[in-house]
Amino acid sequence: MKKLLTAIAIILVWSACKFNSNDKKLPIYGNRQAVTKVVNGQNVTDTVYQTIPSFKFINQYGDSISDKQLAGKIYVADFFFTSCPSICPIMQRNMLNVYNTYKNTGDVNILSFTIDPKYDSVKVLKKYADKLGVTGKTWWFLQGKKDATYTLAEKSYLVAVSKDTTVPGGYVHQGYFVLIDKQKRIRGSYDGTSPEQVTQLIDDIKTLKAEPASANTQ
Amino acid sequence: MKLKVITGILLLLFVLIVSCQNDKGLDFNRYYSAGKLVYQNHCQNCHGENGEGLQALMPPLNDSVFLKKNIHILPCLVKNGFQGKITVSKRNFDWQMPPANLNYIEIAQALTYITNSFGNNLGTVTFEDVTAAMSKCK
Repeated sequence: MKKLLTAIAIILVWSACKFNSNDKKLPIYGNRQAVTKVVNGQNVTDTVYQTIPSFKFINQYGDSISDKQLAGKIYVADFFFTSCPSICPIMQRNMLNVYNTYKNTGDVNILSFTIDPKYDSVKVLKKYADKLGVTGKTWWFLQGKKDATYTLAEKSYLVAVSKDTTVPGGYVHQGYFVLIDKQKRIRGSYDGTSPEQVTQLIDDIKTLKAEPASANTQ
Repeated sequence: MKLKVITGILLLLFVLIVSCQNDKGLDFNRYYSAGKLVYQNHCQNCHGENGEGLQALMPPLNDSVFLKKNIHILPCLVKNGFQGKITVSKRNFDWQMPPANLNYIEIAQALTYITNSFGNNLGTVTFEDVTAAMSKCK
């Protein structure tokens, strides 16, 4: 009986420590599939997560930006357009908090894709970035082909965007901030119009930064 | 007797003044509280909860001198939108404000809210003020 009690006590203490440890992990979103490979003559099943496919856009400085520049980096993506009268200003207001927190760290980027590339030329994007007070290489305002942007938004970042002449500004889009990890996987999605959720995003980036680049988080 | 009549008249005058003032105050409160809602739905996204604006993109709304000086064209700016250079709080802005889909009374309410919040204290902008201003829009 005494031994049993001791055993229970040990387990309790161990689990208390275990659950108290700051081992917070962010979930992995998107489609996933189990892939079975033969390794050293044995069948090994691995989970393959949805990742952001390769892409190529132009930033506000006129530089070509592809997924290669973002390899091994954490970034936040959102979709907007500069003439947007509705939710964009409030999204950018909140994104500025993310920017100001991580602009000097060098390993966190922000990607704002325009969904109105026809109007939002590189020149317009540069002017917009300047006026927003954004400098340096942390926050990129990206312009590319409309189809490529919409496909990327809906298939990869899981954010709905579409043209709609009946709404102010001519586009409907969701104001999500999508958090991408060093392995190009979606680790969070936050309402960019909510200051509380954006504060959570800032916290979650910290958690993600602590994660080793090659870890196979489950 | 004479004294009573004078007192009576004075009392009447006093009541009249007080009730008129109350009416005016009531009017202001109506405009102001309705204006807060209009502001939240149509202005706040860009100009901010506290009228602080957004960096160098959206001008702040706390420049009382600017507001007072331009009070007669503000209804036109709100109704028709604005594009081009503008100096507010000694800072230059050059972006666009889309036209607001608001009627005259809503514009009066919103402007009453704006010109009496964020440190401004310019009194009521009435429906009549807005109507008069709108007839002179460029």
